[in-house]
Amino acid sequence: MTQVPARDAEHYALGTVGVSKNFGGVQALHRLSISIPKGQITCVIGPNGSGKSTLINILSGVLPMDSGMVIVDGVGLRTVHPYETPDLGITRTFQDVRLFNQISVMDNIMVVLTERKLWPSLFQRSKSEHRQRAEQVLRDVGMWDKRDAMAEDLSYGQRKLLEMARAMALDVNIYLFDEPFAGLFPQMLVRVKDILKQLRAREKSILFISHNMEIVRELSDHLIVMDSGELLVEGDVDEVLAKQEVIEAYLGA
Amino acid sequence: MATNTPETTEEGRRPGLIPRLANGNVELWANLIVLVWVIAFVLWQGVGFAITIGTVFAIWAILAVSLNLVIGFTGLLSVAHIGFFGIGAYSVAILTSKTDYSLLRTEGIPTYELPFFAALPVGIALAGLTALVVGVVFNRFRDDVFVLVSFGFAIISFNLFLNARAITRGAFGIHDVARPVIGTRVLDGELEFLVMALVCLALVSALAWFIVTSSFGRVLTAIREDEQAASVFGYQVTHYKLAIWVISAMMAAVAGGLFSSWTSFIDPNSFILLESILLVSIVILGGLATIWGSLLGAMTFVLLEEGMRFIPFLPDVYVGQARQVVLGVMLVLLMLFRPQGLLGRYRL
Repeated sequence: MTQVPARDAEHYALGTVGVSKNFGGVQALHRLSISIPKGQITCVIGPNGSGKSTLINILSGVLPMDSGMVIVDGVGLRTVHPYETPDLGITRTFQDVRLFNQISVMDNIMVVLTERKLWPSLFQRSKSEHRQRAEQVLRDVGMWDKRDAMAEDLSYGQRKLLEMARAMALDVNIYLFDEPFAGLFPQMLVRVKDILKQLRAREKSILFISHNMEIVRELSDHLIVMDSGELLVEGDVDEVLAKQEVIEAYLGA
Repeated sequence: MATNTPETTEEGRRPGLIPRLANGNVELWANLIVLVWVIAFVLWQGVGFAITIGTVFAIWAILAVSLNLVIGFTGLLSVAHIGFFGIGAYSVAILTSKTDYSLLRTEGIPTYELPFFAALPVGIALAGLTALVVGVVFNRFRDDVFVLVSFGFAIISFNLFLNARAITRGAFGIHDVARPVIGTRVLDGELEFLVMALVCLALVSALAWFIVTSSFGRVLTAIREDEQAASVFGYQVTHYKLAIWVISAMMAAVAGGLFSSWTSFIDPNSFILLESILLVSIVILGGLATIWGSLLGAMTFVLLEEGMRFIPFLPDVYVGQARQVVLGVMLVLLMLFRPQGLLGRYRL
């Protein structure tokens, strides 16, 4: 297995060391150790059921890990609670677009900007700084004119964009995108690509899952190839894609 | 599908203002109809009857507003609220009643003879405490399982009221629940009590409004829509759910205290599960996730209930059943054609 300097906090924003996860008898992740370089776009590829989404779920605390550690900025964590992740500098989107459906587009963004503590939040009205930030985020993805629509009334592509906008409203260092390109119209693909590139330009670290090899080649700096919950190979995108084992296992050519 | 912006529905043609506003605008119609209904009722039955109806309305409305915080804004379909209503009612009854039951040759209960305004906070605190304890457990559930566990709570609380005879006198009930006293003035007039009930309703509604328009309120709706997503964005959702649950239970206890003081006699029959289901119907009828809707729903319900007394061919004994039938039919129709309720902002 490839040896990864996961504790190298200077170069890596996020990583795992020996993370395992079982669902009943099914092994979703088996002693997975990966690292996500700072300020780069990392892509995870692998066949269906290889544990890509499980990896994001564990990194964002949505699923507890059975064993192993998540490394955030050089600090090892045995448990990650979902509500801690913004403080750790992590946010995410979901594979099956999960918005706050029956509230407005604007409120979908506002909710991630406002006070997190229970008691102060009771006395907080929406502040102009929050509204300005929400406006900026919605304008960035071209959805400002949809601000009063219910999130559930949007088209699939718009929902996907809104979910990314919601994540980007949080100014964190690490963005985890679960299949941001799946099911998108070509025009929308360009938009989402731009979003990822913009984030990289702002020195954010990005992890995304994709099955589209063209996009993977175009966007990613770092590539992680998974198979059956294990790391097949990881490294610089060109090097990895040149490897025989990757071609055989995944590209099938 | 109704729309909130009727002026955009038809291009080119411009009908008159009222038809334009009312065209397909269920919210406006609902408000208008209930308003006209109220005025008609007062004119027809006189002010005395209106005062009675107003008090019943205030009590149901406090309950509906409190329950809407939990069902409409947080998405927890609870049928437990009749239990908190009962805790409020029994606390006030037990703490204020001074009847010597030995004359009735039944078991006595301890008497405390506290004034209403001392007993009510105790009831509110007790309901809050109970909600806190059960809420810690209930927090593990949502959706249909939550309905079931809240159902369990309603049944347990009813049985407690019925069987804890040493303090509730069980099925015999408690007599002579005290009326509120402000200064030296006893609020035993119907009008005075109505005013006080409406003041309580105003306070509860204002608090509810304060909550739902805050950042806290927005988080509640996010939790309702996707609890896990809300938690990923930094919210400890269990704390939020617990907080609104406790606040809502305390509001229900206010309604309970008013109810027992107003009727001056309570027994466990007022706290059966059916009442809780009627309450859920009121909340859905008026509209989920809207405070004004809960007031409207409570008013509609009270008018319906009282109005049926005056249907000439309906014997008095069937009035209670008939209102349940009507409410049941309305609930089915609502779920079919307008699942968010009359003024709702959210569909179950």
